[in-house]
Amino acid sequence: MVERLEHEVESGAVPADGVAVRDRLIEILAEVAGTARAPIDLAADPAVLMMVGVNGTGKTTTIGKIAWHLSKEFGLSVVLAAADTYRAAAAEQLETWAERAGAELIRGEAGADPGSVAYDAIGAARARGADVVIVDTAGRLHTQTDLMDELAKVRRVIAKQIPEAPHETLISIDATTGQNGLRQAQIFSEAVEVDGVVLTKLDGTAKGGIALAIAGDLGIPVKLIGVGETLEDLRPFDPEDYAKALLAE
Amino acid sequence: MFDQLSDRLQSTLSEVRSRGKLSESDVDAAMREIRLALLEADVNFKVVKSFTRTLKERCLGAEVMDSLDPGQQVVKIVNEELAELMGGTGEELAMAASGPTVILMSGLQGSGKTTACAKLAQYFRKQNKDVALAACDVYRPAAVEQLVTMGGRAGAHVYEQGTEADPVDIASWALDRAREERRDVLIIDTAGRLHIDQELMAELAKIRKKTAPDDVLLVVDAMTGQDAVGVAESFAEAAEFDGVVMTKLDGDARGGAALSVKAVTGKPILFASTGEKIEDFDRFHPDRMAQRILGMGDVLSLIEKAETQVDEKSAEELQEKLKKDQFTLEDFLTQMKQVRKMGPLSGILGMLPGMGAMKQLKNANIDERELDRTEAIILSMTPAERADPHIIKGSRRKRIANGSGTKVQQVNALVKQFDQMRVMMRSMANGKMPSPEQMMAMQGGGAPRPKIRRR
Repeated sequence: MVERLEHEVESGAVPADGVAVRDRLIEILAEVAGTARAPIDLAADPAVLMMVGVNGTGKTTTIGKIAWHLSKEFGLSVVLAAADTYRAAAAEQLETWAERAGAELIRGEAGADPGSVAYDAIGAARARGADVVIVDTAGRLHTQTDLMDELAKVRRVIAKQIPEAPHETLISIDATTGQNGLRQAQIFSEAVEVDGVVLTKLDGTAKGGIALAIAGDLGIPVKLIGVGETLEDLRPFDPEDYAKALLAE
Repeated sequence: MFDQLSDRLQSTLSEVRSRGKLSESDVDAAMREIRLALLEADVNFKVVKSFTRTLKERCLGAEVMDSLDPGQQVVKIVNEELAELMGGTGEELAMAASGPTVILMSGLQGSGKTTACAKLAQYFRKQNKDVALAACDVYRPAAVEQLVTMGGRAGAHVYEQGTEADPVDIASWALDRAREERRDVLIIDTAGRLHIDQELMAELAKIRKKTAPDDVLLVVDAMTGQDAVGVAESFAEAAEFDGVVMTKLDGDARGGAALSVKAVTGKPILFASTGEKIEDFDRFHPDRMAQRILGMGDVLSLIEKAETQVDEKSAEELQEKLKKDQFTLEDFLTQMKQVRKMGPLSGILGMLPGMGAMKQLKNANIDERELDRTEAIILSMTPAERADPHIIKGSRRKRIANGSGTKVQQVNALVKQFDQMRVMMRSMANGKMPSPEQMMAMQGGGAPRPKIRRR
């Protein structure tokens, strides 16, 4: 990116003054950040959305917010699948969000097979004619091969209900994460074909620069950003705003 | 843990070590490499600068230049400085002289506070302490339930008042109750908060004032990037934390957060959380971690692990059996179970010196399921079969394979392997390959049997 900018300044395409260079840099950053941009695909009926990511990156909270937007703003009926059967009280946490968003929750017993919970939830959604199913999964470190295999299996089981599903797989990445975020996106993508990133906790001091690397190197676009703990604090990703924020003091 | 950093530092140092004499430019070159390695590992740039400056001063000092083996001296200094960077030695939690020891946990959202609370409770429970947990995260949905479940699993009492009460009130109520019920330790879980959220940071300061904790711990996600420094500084100001719990160290984080926090705040890393299970939590030893990063292994931790898991009596019995050539599959099973109690094999390998340098081992994904299968096969045998595997023929083989969900070939392979092992052991017992005791005997040292101490 820097090389490209240098080249443009040298060749005279961009005037060599501070403001112009800065503006052009924002443009270039926004272009990279906007790589492979695509809206979240909810055309299918029901559309199945799967949420994956490392522990503590904000999967369950993000699902709560997405469900609220879909149900309150777009009037869609939403089913949440509590397929995080590992962490204590994960289903209860999702249940609270489901109530707030007016979504239905399908849960299994603690320690139940996550694939079967997802399978049942999609089955229930089909039977009731729901519009969207969002599958929550347990947080896992990308280095734990057996847990990544388990995640791939959840995806395969989902495809048994609807062959094209999940229609959208999102990974939540904590904006405070360093270089490690790129590895997370890469390995999760190898296991479950990630379609987009939800960049969470952008309300802190972290700017989430790692999203640039994820979009640039892996071609996985950021689709949503999380900027707070209330239901409304989820926004579509705007590459230009993001690029400006990266350069802001 | 910190593999990339480890690789780079090790290759730089082996270059230095291979030289008989060091010039100033050799040291300069090595410092440049170390600086790059640390920067790539997300270590804060200011920390890197001052670290390499100290390092260089010491390396150019008389203790290195005049020594017979300057390369080795440089390695020693890097090891010492790396340990110092992460917290030095001998840092301990402060324990209350009387009444419950109060520990306040703080951190960003998703850093792993609630899990760390339960793991810390379990850590104290293992020392036979009576532990209570206070559920002061009233914001995150189901955080209280999570603490109740996980705290219960750890064998701790969980004090909670639901989510309607004020966190400050819950904390002081919990403290009163812990005093009344004479608990040894009270761990206060708080909600995750952003370091720039003034309202919540003020609440944390209030809880701190009200409960006057003996220790305030900051929980830090090991994968945090450059932002870790800012976070730690803000929390140091508002919560005046005394030490750090580093979580998610089982990932492939580069170590930036772990290596920066102490330098910036002066507070040591006290605990490390390294896995999904409640037992995957231990004291953090900066000196041992430095050794691991430099590929010198962590034999001390390994011995401690073995000491807590292997008991002396069964170790002696085993030696007796080996001598008399009475080692059976039953003993093999017991041995295997004991080794596995120490945790995943890949973790144990990381503690052995030089293992980091063995590339083939690093990438070898040790299949724990293979061990499960071996266990299942032995468990499907009758006691007679375990004592003498040679009686395992046609129909027995089939029965064992069916019983353990494996194939006849796998049963055969196990029996064959066991045979080979016995042949090897026998030849060792017959002195074809001197055992450590025999070597001791040759030196005229009364041949004491190596004992595994139990603490």
